[in-house]
Amino acid sequence: MVSPNTPETPGGTERSSVAPRSIKDVVIRLAGNSQDGIQAVGGFLARLAGRSEQDVMTYMTIPSTISGGPSIFQVRMGTGDILSAGDRADMLVAFYQHSYDAHVSSLRPGGVLLYDSDHVKPVEEDRRFTSVACPITSATVEALGGTAKDKGKNMFVLGLIARIFDLDVAKLTTLIRERFAGKNEDIVRNALLGFDAGYAWPQNNLRDLFYRFEAIDQAVARSGRPQITLDGNSAIAYGFIAAGVRYGAGYPITPWSSIMETLRTELPKYGGIFVQCEDEIASISTALGFSYTGSVAITGSAGPGLSLKMEALSWATMAEMPIVVVNVQRGGPSTGMPTNVEQSDLMQAIYGSHGDTPRVVLAPKNVEDCFYTAMEAVRIAREYSTPVLLLTDQGLSSRIEAFDEPDLPKLMIDAKVDRSERSADFKPYPLDRVTRHAPAGSRIASGKYPTVTGLEHDELGHPTGSPKLHAQMNAKRREKIKALAATLPAPEHSGEAEGDVLLVTWGSNWGPGREALARVQAAGIKGGHMHIRHVHPLPNGLEAVFARYRRIVVAELNDEGVYGFGQLALMLRARLANPAIVSVCKTDGLTFKVSELVAGIARHIGHAALLESVGTARPSPLAAR
Amino acid sequence: MSSAVATPPAPAGTPLTKKILTADHPTWCPGCGDFAVLASFYRVLEKLQYPHEKIVTFAGIGCSSRFPYFVNTHGGHFIHGRALPFAAGISLGNDELHVFVFGGDGDGFSIGGNHLTHTARKNVRLTYVIMDNSVYGLTKKQTSPTSPIGFKSKTDPWGAIDQPINPMRTLLNSGATFVARSHATQVNHMTEMMLRAARHDGFSVVEILSECVEFFEGAFDAAVPRKGGTWTLIDEKKNDHSPEDAQRHDPTDEVAAFKLAGQAWPGAFGVFYENKSRATKNALEADLIRKAKERTKGAADLALLQSTFAKMR
Ligand SMILES: Cc1ncc(C[n+]2csc(CCOP(=O)(O)OP(=O)(O)O)c2C)c(N)n1
Ligand code: SF4
Ligand SMILES: [Mg+2]
Repeated sequence: MVSPNTPETPGGTERSSVAPRSIKDVVIRLAGNSQDGIQAVGGFLARLAGRSEQDVMTYMTIPSTISGGPSIFQVRMGTGDILSAGDRADMLVAFYQHSYDAHVSSLRPGGVLLYDSDHVKPVEEDRRFTSVACPITSATVEALGGTAKDKGKNMFVLGLIARIFDLDVAKLTTLIRERFAGKNEDIVRNALLGFDAGYAWPQNNLRDLFYRFEAIDQAVARSGRPQITLDGNSAIAYGFIAAGVRYGAGYPITPWSSIMETLRTELPKYGGIFVQCEDEIASISTALGFSYTGSVAITGSAGPGLSLKMEALSWATMAEMPIVVVNVQRGGPSTGMPTNVEQSDLMQAIYGSHGDTPRVVLAPKNVEDCFYTAMEAVRIAREYSTPVLLLTDQGLSSRIEAFDEPDLPKLMIDAKVDRSERSADFKPYPLDRVTRHAPAGSRIASGKYPTVTGLEHDELGHPTGSPKLHAQMNAKRREKIKALAATLPAPEHSGEAEGDVLLVTWGSNWGPGREALARVQAAGIKGGHMHIRHVHPLPNGLEAVFARYRRIVVAELNDEGVYGFGQLALMLRARLANPAIVSVCKTDGLTFKVSELVAGIARHIGHAALLESVGTARPSPLAAR
Repeated sequence: MSSAVATPPAPAGTPLTKKILTADHPTWCPGCGDFAVLASFYRVLEKLQYPHEKIVTFAGIGCSSRFPYFVNTHGGHFIHGRALPFAAGISLGNDELHVFVFGGDGDGFSIGGNHLTHTARKNVRLTYVIMDNSVYGLTKKQTSPTSPIGFKSKTDPWGAIDQPINPMRTLLNSGATFVARSHATQVNHMTEMMLRAARHDGFSVVEILSECVEFFEGAFDAAVPRKGGTWTLIDEKKNDHSPEDAQRHDPTDEVAAFKLAGQAWPGAFGVFYENKSRATKNALEADLIRKAKERTKGAADLALLQSTFAKMR
């Protein structure tokens, strides 16, 4: 986007007198109905930003109703690190009256309200925004000719946006062509017609709305690899493939389904199989059967399905069978808020099975990290012969971000199944070593074939009722997880190394957490931010870090519970016995706004001025000067 | 526990014998029907002579599901009712393996009932042996889904009142492509049924009436001649164009199989149904892989993922 664009349309020439205003980033919210193709606009913008060395983050809501109904897509794009989706929008594109009514409050003062004047009547006396009326529907119909009806409004709007933000038309045109490649030539032509019409739409007050993103800061280190743009669920699926996963099984549930859909279509290319099972119990059972044949398999679900998998997860701990289980968390309990975000399954992930089941729980921090965490989960499952839970969430699942393409030649794992003959002293469950199963198909030199089992067992896998062995085997299963903890890197820690407050986040709260820290520091408060990816086992050495702050504020998207603490806060208090640990929790089904985190911190450290500053809305950078 | 008998390792190619195949000593009650099923299974493996390391014996939970500990092959003991989906993972994960699943009537028809239906309809290549004693043995005498009405159990002290399922009808309905029935007192017949099941290319299931002497003594006497019962074998079609042959049972005829399944207790024994034409899930998945590889011209994994990412730029 930094490359200046040569206007191809007559409308563009009007611009010659106006210089674009430089902005760092912008939050654009598109609000309409789900059949309007709003997500496609968001997708084009996201990918364009990805191709332009810019960071991009999107925010999407899908209505719970299956089709139709309100839908929004929010893109934050700009130069430098974009950490969160942005609390409020700088520009709102309202397709309908209900879109306007529901979302105008999300617009920052001085922001741009662009509305379809065929459908929307804004409140006239509201002068907080720059209002741009545009007959989006009729202009689209006119541009495309009658047959297409108002399909193509989205491309018209994309054209408008391209004009306002001086986007690279050549790159966008390429993206449009690529997207519809293989489709009917009419479709491509209509899309481009709609786009051009929007781009060329003559309107006086559009003339002053002309922005350009700042040139990128060359100091920002880049890998030199091109950027790719994808959502969190895809990043997980491809992370598994890169990690050598070739088998999996699952049952559909929002927001997990797209992972299984991707793997179902992708794995055959890699010689693998993904099975759609009759339920979640069968899914984890089938995945464990796959793992038993020698290559770590995966399954996954959302909270309700995870509940069903718990018995088999206990078996996996007892039998020391590697497996990775994804939980794309959504609002619970029960069917709860299936299309909203929540982090309320942490305790379930750690403790949700019967018996003593020490196991591993990892949580990615953003879309890029979904890829790397998926790879890490598989590696840990393989190395420690243990179930690993990958806790992501609805927010990450569909959010689109651009990031440097992973260095595949370096990262890609060729997971060969080891069916070599095992020596005569082979034991499936040695007490002094991590279990390495002999997959079915491998000869055992002793001629004694092993049984994998959920009964307590001796080293050879024979069932035992020995109290001593049960204690020894419990210790073995516990100690290997502690051994893993000792190898974990210290969590990412930024800001001051000591001071008034340490903000602790996990999962998708990383970005808002980083931005919140910057705001807290800007207010003159000494603070730090720690983000925990390895939520269980926790890395060692947190005591010393925590001891250097007056307050430890743990922010998470779950309820404060009966004891007044969120789930990670409860774990940290149990682990570190540090009474300075407090919670900021919420369960409104939405990701944290930076302002909510700042307000929470301000309350906990008793900082009235900071709390007050949160209340005053900051004007949009798009505001007219 | 451990048999702990030091058998010298059998070099590759050594014929599999009962001695080699024997593992832990069975923990079953003396007289339990399951002993005979185990003995027959050794004979089946002796006849099949598969490479030792390629045999897998798996089970859920129950007295009968203890089976894998007593067979010296790769194997395992999973959770109650879920052995079939686990075994489907084994079979699909390594097509070279010979997968055998053992379990009880509760394990298979009650808690695992839905898995039975779906593993069967998908025609995953494996052999499933249901040791039906019409009672919950391991948990000491509760009503099972095959307990007859009137059976006095700890959960129905006045006699069972719920309609039991008809195992043969249930299995036929599931879409299993090989369905047979046998009796633990008939070792030769059992062996033959399991052998044919093992050789079947698809999901094969054998229900074996196997008496629990502890909690349901005499349950299957009606099919035991020396106890005054009648042992009726299914007379299978020989396709010899003889007039008698027209009366014989055609195992490829599903309607005829359902008719047999509807016979009065104790009914007939043998192969009810056999469908050799339906493709296995193993083959169908292999076909998907073959087609996908054709489309991608057999590109290496790294190149494949790189090209996918290139499209996301
Ligand atoms: C989830 C679960 N529920 C219940 C049990 C208890 N249980 C173990 S075996 C069994 C029934 C066994 O009956 P069946 O499958 O007929 O086997 P049998 O012992 O008769 O051979 C039950 C209810 C269990 N192990 N797991
Ligand atoms: S309880 Fe019944 S089924 Fe179980 S071992 Fe004893 S006789 Fe066999
Ligand atoms: Mg039983």
